Amino acid sequence: MTRRDQSDDQLRARHDQVWARLATVMDPELDESVTELNFVTHANVDAGNRVHIGFRLPTYWCAANFSFLMADDMRRVVADIDWVEGVEVTLGEHMYADKINAGLAQGLSFRETFGEEADGDVEEVRRTFLLKAFQRRQYAILNHLVATNYSSETLVAMTIAELEALDLDAEGNKLRQRYFDRLEVLGPVRPHAAAFLTSAAETLSSESLPKYLSGLRRVGVNAEFNGALCRGLLAVRFDLETPLRSRSASTAASVDAQLRPSRVHVESSESLHG
Amino acid sequence: MYKTQSGEEIFVIDGHTHFWDGSPSNQKNIHGKQFIECFYAYHSNLSPPAEKWPLEKFEKYDAKTMYDDLFVNGYDDMAILQPTYLGDFYKNGFNTTERNSAMKKSHPERFILNGAFDPRDGAKGLEHLHELAEKYKIKGAKLYTAEWRGESKGYKLTDKESYRFLEAAQKLGVKNIHVHKGPTILPLNRDAFDVADIDDVATSFQDLNFIVEHCGLPRLDDFCWIATQETNVYGGLAVALPFIHSRPAYFGHVISELLFWLGPDKLLFGSDYGIWTPRWLIDKFMAFEIPEAESKETGSVLTLENKKKILGLNAARLYGVDIEAQKATIKKAGGYDHLKAHAHAAE
Repeated sequence: MTRRDQSDDQLRARHDQVWARLATVMDPELDESVTELNFVTHANVDAGNRVHIGFRLPTYWCAANFSFLMADDMRRVVADIDWVEGVEVTLGEHMYADKINAGLAQGLSFRETFGEEADGDVEEVRRTFLLKAFQRRQYAILNHLVATNYSSETLVAMTIAELEALDLDAEGNKLRQRYFDRLEVLGPVRPHAAAFLTSAAETLSSESLPKYLSGLRRVGVNAEFNGALCRGLLAVRFDLETPLRSRSASTAASVDAQLRPSRVHVESSESLHG
Repeated sequence: MYKTQSGEEIFVIDGHTHFWDGSPSNQKNIHGKQFIECFYAYHSNLSPPAEKWPLEKFEKYDAKTMYDDLFVNGYDDMAILQPTYLGDFYKNGFNTTERNSAMKKSHPERFILNGAFDPRDGAKGLEHLHELAEKYKIKGAKLYTAEWRGESKGYKLTDKESYRFLEAAQKLGVKNIHVHKGPTILPLNRDAFDVADIDDVATSFQDLNFIVEHCGLPRLDDFCWIATQETNVYGGLAVALPFIHSRPAYFGHVISELLFWLGPDKLLFGSDYGIWTPRWLIDKFMAFEIPEAESKETGSVLTLENKKKILGLNAARLYGVDIEAQKATIKKAGGYDHLKAHAHAAE
């Protein structure tokens, strides 16, 4: 193997690592990954091991606080990689792109970037949406378990350890993992605590469970709707109609082409939440 | 007027229409360009292909086009004109009460003209509200709580200034307050689409009706919750309804939730013209049934009775429209001539 090949391999591995990290950043409102949503346009590693990330949003008017949160999260997860020497995140085609980009470049907070009038606490907004994501993921796994004949009595008595030990099908596994990933929003996760508490950490009874589920359903319906709207607007705005090749289909292409992320088909989310 | 197959007439009040000018010659800056293009993305994304307009028509349409789309080709009997000023983006404003008043003037039997106010305008804004009430006898107003203005990043209906405006509106008989708690119109920092403030003012101002446009999307879940607790909170279906074509399953979810939490007496049809046109929306809506799996979950059913309420009866109640008298007025003005011709052709 030549030195050139080795450095190509390393570069490719580093790009993959960056994309894998970016995939963990969620749109706070939609609770979906910024890479799956097609928000990230590029993530390049330069010769000095600095990472340059570009992203864009479904409209010129998307909420500045959410835009800022996502950019800040991207910066953080990529900066955590040991070989990364610096991260530059740039938002394109947004009403406040200049202001947000300048704030990000200087490592300012949302409030510092937008001044005194930015009186909302971004962290509070973040928590609000983490709780919604928790509810939505909880609804998805509970709904799945109810559909596979777990009784209300069993579900309200189940502990986290018991839920973890359940033998589930592929779909159930995925939903359970997504739920576990958001559990800590309620506080430290203890294996013998109840698996299903409300977002206010209240216990449920077999009598209250059905009503609780119909309440949670609203949260899921709302998020689905927002997700569909955002995807549609992004597709129109940046003409994403033409399907892009998947990563595996591009093996013969140049390194640069291979380093593009594989696009997730827009329709796939429906079955996910349906 | 929509006629069912059995010949029953359904009176349609379109709760959300605009007569705007987003054309390049009226654009003040890049924001004006981006604004109309964003609307156009909504239009392109959610309209059936055959209903898509070229950008040029979308940017600015004339009064006759609008009249025909709503009342001749469309099934609307009446339409509510909701203003959106956007004076910072457009030289003569985007869709002002003044501009809309020309439509009202040419077809008074067809239009309900609404005003707008922004509590951040202070004394001058209050004066303007008085003027609008006096000059146009407005019975409703459109509010954008999430709009950024200079250093301000939106306001809440619970702000002290907002209370002053709502008190004035109540006194002036401007009793239908349409609040845009919908998809982003301008960026925001605090959660300005939060619908909690509606809950507060709906309790404090029992004589006012609060119509939450776009049903609080993207906060439908919170909206359903507060709307169930207040008797004077309504949901406007604009933006939610067009999903009936591209994502009927999503629309089924949303409408069944709304019927479950708010009930059929609290929902208002709106095309959001010129983003969408009423003909295809109503054709699809009349043909729509909530999927059985949804109905089983929520018990919601879109009966003909419910459809009639959503399409016109609810808005008629809010705006004091006597449907039979209004039909007679429209007929006298020749507004139903095209229907007659159509009926004859069918015979």
